[in-house]
Amino acid sequence: MTLLEITDLTVRIGGKTVVDGVSFALEAGERLGMIGESGSGKSLTALAAIGLLPEEATVTGSVRLHGRELLGLPDRALAKIRGEQLAMVFQEPMTALNPLMRIGKQLAEPLRLHRGLSRGAARARAIELADKVGLPDPDRIVRGFPHQLSGGQRQRVGIAIALACEPAVLIADEPTTALDVTVQAEILALLRDLVDEQGASLLFITHDLAVLSSVVSGLVVLADGKLVERTDIAALAHGRHDPHTAELLRAARAAAFPTPGDPDAGS
Amino acid sequence: MLVAERLNRSFARPRRTQAVRDASFTVAEGGRLGIVGESGSGKSTLLRLLLGLDKPDSGTVRFRDREVRAEKASALHWFRREVQVVFQDPRGSLDPRMRVREIIAEPLECLGVREDHAARIAEVLAEVDLEPDAATRYPHQFSGGQRQRIAIARALAPRPRLLVGDEPFSALDASVREKIIELVADLAVRLNLSLILVSHDIGVVHRLCDQLLVLRDGEIVEQGRSATVLRTPTHPYTRELLAAVPRLPDDIA
Repeated sequence: MTLLEITDLTVRIGGKTVVDGVSFALEAGERLGMIGESGSGKSLTALAAIGLLPEEATVTGSVRLHGRELLGLPDRALAKIRGEQLAMVFQEPMTALNPLMRIGKQLAEPLRLHRGLSRGAARARAIELADKVGLPDPDRIVRGFPHQLSGGQRQRVGIAIALACEPAVLIADEPTTALDVTVQAEILALLRDLVDEQGASLLFITHDLAVLSSVVSGLVVLADGKLVERTDIAALAHGRHDPHTAELLRAARAAAFPTPGDPDAGS
Repeated sequence: MLVAERLNRSFARPRRTQAVRDASFTVAEGGRLGIVGESGSGKSTLLRLLLGLDKPDSGTVRFRDREVRAEKASALHWFRREVQVVFQDPRGSLDPRMRVREIIAEPLECLGVREDHAARIAEVLAEVDLEPDAATRYPHQFSGGQRQRIAIARALAPRPRLLVGDEPFSALDASVREKIIELVADLAVRLNLSLILVSHDIGVVHRLCDQLLVLRDGEIVEQGRSATVLRTPTHPYTRELLAAVPRLPDDIA
């Protein structure tokens, strides 16, 4: 079943076409990657889908969630969908979180807003969520502020907020790019586990093919605002691919280094 | 060529931190050392100590048997001629109001290099594969990768023997990144440069460096030949770090 269907999506900002006729669909329970270099239009595609483009942007085409058109919906209607059915995890957890609001309140906000939970119930659920995303000492941490957390912990909070209302679709835009590699590994594992557990669909945006391959099996490749190819990770080694796809694979292969214990390692 | 001996540096604020603890290592003539660590590992502090930009609480840095001390800038001119740095973000490290030729001429002038500056500028632009007319343009007229080429050209201008890179590739897109990595690899061989490369990217260090040291919480937990450390890491943290790096699945790697 198709959950999210994007058709001929075009975004213009300041007379420039930054997303150019992008079409793809995300099935229920699917994990799809979206990859491209900076300026390829991948983040803007995501922002258009969730209705967070800057005001000066003009959008045409169609974004359908459960068959319902989202483009052109009034802000109030969109706000209802956002967080409840369609949620997003951003690259920079420091800027995505409100620095002046306690963690617990930020976790509780979507639950109060969308689920109508009482303050007490939302608070209890916030502690559960903090625990679920592996934050240490959840009772204490919900009383703290974002600056008191490490980058990885902040991203755990971002994931908890996004998944609080169990949305059908989660969009993660470079969620580990700002993190250290050992923290990245933990956050990727957490995302995979939670998305599986909730049966959500995932659109995972990144510039890094190795990261992508650890999360998804299918991917779309964007370049200069256009979707140039839809393929599978497993298919990358064979057949003909768009030059942009081939370049991403070449770069990822060049970045590889021998695995510990590999007898052929280094020479 | 460069010897760091028992370097220590701690900071009192925001909280008492031993940023670098008893760090000792050497870079041989023509050697290429990679310094790997995560945020907070002490990479930046160590680099500042090596470059004479900060004073260690104890310990010494020596370059070709001469001590490098963080004193007034002119006292280190001899060292700056031998050791040049390329930083992470060329947008931040190139003055937007200066033309490329002025940017590249700056170290030549500051360090009192007696040489035809215009000729040297043309030479280093060619070394980094930029057109001669790049000299008259401004940084914003170039792409990110080209700006990093300009930063490399500036570093090469005074004919250093040791090139230091502080995450010089991490602000670049994958395809551009590849080209800049290849450029540095090529320059190192062609100009017989020694390298110190600070990076969180073990893949890059593997490609460019023959020696590798792993920093964690200010301490060198492991050092040795890159190939050996990557193949047979001995410290648990090195093993954890290597295991955490995302990899392509075997069938497409």
